[in-house]
Amino acid sequence: MTNILIFIIVILVIATLVQIVRVGELLSEIKNKDVNEVSDKDNNTQGLLFLIVGFGFLIFVVWQMITWNHLLLPPASSVHGTQIDLLMKVSMGLIIVVFFITSPMLFYFAFKYRGKKSNNAYFLSHNNKLEVVWTVIPTIILTVLIIFGLKTWDNAMNVEVTESTKLIEVYAKQYNWTARYSGIDNKLGKANYKLVKGKNTLGVDMLDVNSADDKMAREVHLVVNEPVLLKFRSQDVIHSAFLPHFRVQMNCVPGISTQFGFTPNKTTAQMKESEGEDFEYVLLCNKICGASHFNMQMKFIVETQEEYDIWIASQDNLEKKLLTQK
Amino acid sequence: MSEHHKENFITKYVFSMDHKMIAKQFLLTGMFMAVVGMLMSAIFRVQLANPGESSILYNLLPSTWLNDAGGLNPDKYLALVTMHGTILVFWVLTAGLSGTFANFLIPLQIGARDMASGFLNMLSYWFFFIATVVLMSSLFVESGPASGGWTIYPPLSALPQAIPGSGTGMTLWLISITLFVVGSLLGGLNYIVTILNLRTIGMTMKRLPLTVWALLITAILGVLSFPVLLSCGLLLVFDRSFGTSFYLSDIIINGEVLHNEGGSPILFEHLFWFLGHPEVYIILLPALGIVSEVIAVNSRKPIFGYKAMVGALLLIAFLSFIVWGHHMFMTGMNPFLGSVFTFTTLLIAIPSAVKVFNYLATLWRGNIRFTPAMLFAIGTVSAFITGGLTGIILGDSALDINVHDTYFVVGHFHIVMGLSAIYGMFAGVYHWFPKMYGRMMNKHLGYIHFWGTFICAYGVFFPMHFLGLAGLPRRYYSNSAFPMFDGLSDINALITFFALAGAIVQAIFLFNFFYSIFKGTKASQNPWKSNTLEWTTPIERIHGNWPGELPVVKRWAYDYSKPGAEEDFIIQTEPLKDGEIEH
Ligand code: HEM
Ligand SMILES: [Cu+2]
Ligand SMILES: [Cu+2]
Repeated sequence: MTNILIFIIVILVIATLVQIVRVGELLSEIKNKDVNEVSDKDNNTQGLLFLIVGFGFLIFVVWQMITWNHLLLPPASSVHGTQIDLLMKVSMGLIIVVFFITSPMLFYFAFKYRGKKSNNAYFLSHNNKLEVVWTVIPTIILTVLIIFGLKTWDNAMNVEVTESTKLIEVYAKQYNWTARYSGIDNKLGKANYKLVKGKNTLGVDMLDVNSADDKMAREVHLVVNEPVLLKFRSQDVIHSAFLPHFRVQMNCVPGISTQFGFTPNKTTAQMKESEGEDFEYVLLCNKICGASHFNMQMKFIVETQEEYDIWIASQDNLEKKLLTQK
Repeated sequence: MSEHHKENFITKYVFSMDHKMIAKQFLLTGMFMAVVGMLMSAIFRVQLANPGESSILYNLLPSTWLNDAGGLNPDKYLALVTMHGTILVFWVLTAGLSGTFANFLIPLQIGARDMASGFLNMLSYWFFFIATVVLMSSLFVESGPASGGWTIYPPLSALPQAIPGSGTGMTLWLISITLFVVGSLLGGLNYIVTILNLRTIGMTMKRLPLTVWALLITAILGVLSFPVLLSCGLLLVFDRSFGTSFYLSDIIINGEVLHNEGGSPILFEHLFWFLGHPEVYIILLPALGIVSEVIAVNSRKPIFGYKAMVGALLLIAFLSFIVWGHHMFMTGMNPFLGSVFTFTTLLIAIPSAVKVFNYLATLWRGNIRFTPAMLFAIGTVSAFITGGLTGIILGDSALDINVHDTYFVVGHFHIVMGLSAIYGMFAGVYHWFPKMYGRMMNKHLGYIHFWGTFICAYGVFFPMHFLGLAGLPRRYYSNSAFPMFDGLSDINALITFFALAGAIVQAIFLFNFFYSIFKGTKASQNPWKSNTLEWTTPIERIHGNWPGELPVVKRWAYDYSKPGAEEDFIIQTEPLKDGEIEH
């Protein structure tokens, strides 16, 4: 019933529109004008609209930057992240400046040079000097940006892995994450998907000597200011481990091992102080992986060495977990 | 040619070999798909604003897509996003845009009677048509259409156990895209051959309108990159159906251990993006070509820096083949390789900047006539500026770490590729409608359509940057699973409001279009006082374009407001006067 009503209303609206448009066209025919010929008056209105709506858009942009600024991610909680933030500030600053120069120019030109039947445009087909200038300037700016960007990238990706870098494996599957700590030897035991069975959800090879002291958990604890190397694996489809607060992201690809090293430099407790009691570091999935992609999370906790020691001691190692309590 | 064979209804409207009719077929199919794709976005925007709740819009969906409470199922949200992306990228802005304007404009603007091969041209449309039917039918299969994103990354797209859409739906998607690629290859080869061989006397490459230049370069991009998509898809078909392991390795899905070993999903990504990146320029360049023409005609000025514009197109096209890795910075690729892709990607900003400056210089001291086409052309330039600039953030691998696959990306590509190209397409339709249908579109409705679209589109896509900078990933069914995104619900509601309003505004365009086909005021032969050859053909559509001899070209396409001329335009067939220098 409602469908029929909606249908009738739509038909009526269309019929009305047809009539309105027809009346408009007939009227101007009577006045001996071509309705669709653009008049000086149209040029004035449309030019003015570019000025008003165009600048309205620019004001809308500024309004968003002011009102929503507090919703953006807080400053990075990692060493390399701080440099990324700096690069972001510089790049953003730059594109905002260019945006606020070129967009007003476009809208203003539209208004300023709105046509008049009696006017004539200025014939100008090219100007080599000008064209060289506006090719060279962006080239210089981009060169600087590229160099700065590549340095930052290099700094973020080519982390030095030393003895003291803590190894943690992050294992992805539809739709959850599991962490594996490398234990006292700081070595992860081998793993193979064919060994996944029962409680051994990560397929850890228990015959490997490095496996016995590994520990499995459903949250990741990190020690503040201590470098960590996250190693990623996936069991089924591509996932992406995304830790926005640390400026860390890496795809988890079945059959391939990927990694990301970084040094967290703010504890969860510190973040709670600045960002509110509810703050938690979280790991999100950032690559479409199936129906519950939107809800694939794991908590990250950054804490002091003492707190970490207490927590890790409370966790069973794999030898105990998998082999003894059958 | 019209002498040679008589046309009946079937050969005139259905299996037509006339490029102008084929162009209209592409346009109408593209418009139909645009409506479908837009409705899909309206539906999933409603879901994002009111997660899990029911809505009257969901009545448009098969009931199996909904849960008992009338809410949308999460995997069907992904199905909608996937189909929306596929439709808009391939159906609307590749076939709908290139198919329409390459077919329509190439012969008319270079002074040819038709495409090099009218028959291949007809086949190209019918492949596209069948592809459309197959794609639409996938909406009605029981397990739903493809749902792994328009980028169809395996293993997700290879395994029906991973998501229901990867069953029959994905098979149909692959069949459909294969037909689509065949169609666009036939079309593309035809466009290239036609432009290179069938230019009329005097139409040197240096006198070619920028629309034709853009369409030529687009066709070359397509011919070089689409076959790679085809092979990429073919390997996926093998993996899906014949047990090979090109892309699959070490997988346990739903407790089942798969035998596949040694394949790499990353290989798929390389192949896919080798097409995928040029594809975004296949979408954008025709729009920029149209805009160059429309801006010059309506500023009553020559396009500023014609040679630089062609050079910029060529450079962009060339670079577009060596930047695909910027979609893959986070796949664990060698950081050095990432550096190379950052370098090549940021280089594209240079020719892009040149284009923007040249557009601005063309407007400068013009005598601008605001036809609806001109409004949309200026809209394209605005979107190209706004969206192009955020590309500088995304192209920088270090910054991409934190914005990759977030709503920042969604905002960026919708503005730079979606809006620029859609505006360009609208500009083209308003501008060449009189040539297509012999009637004018209503000016006032055009104005309302532009301003409504302009406001709503920025209202939808600009705020998305902030969502992304707050860390919100894309392709999320709901943003309520993470407390860190609770503050974003107002922005989401605002975006949805503008999305629905923007969708309604498009009804004005549809109305204007169909009304004007039948009832619009009659067009004069050269309503915009243009220089290009299409306006020298008779208003009445004839097979063969010019009744008598083909026109002979004596000058470039941009002699607007040339000092010493009687009028502010000089058609390309007008000989140079004594002592007159070209440009
Ligand atoms: C009608 C207005 C439109 C609205 C409201 C809209 C909205 C959206 C939104 C919100 C998404 C992201 C969903 C997600 O990642 O969870 C999306 C995805 C997408 N849209 Fe649009 N869009 C519109 C028009 C367009 C246009 C004109 C294009 C043409 C380029 C386009 C191409 C895409 C693509 C390629 C995707 C990605 C699909 C995927 O993730 O697989 N959209 N759209
Ligand atoms: Cu996921
Ligand atoms: Cu790209």
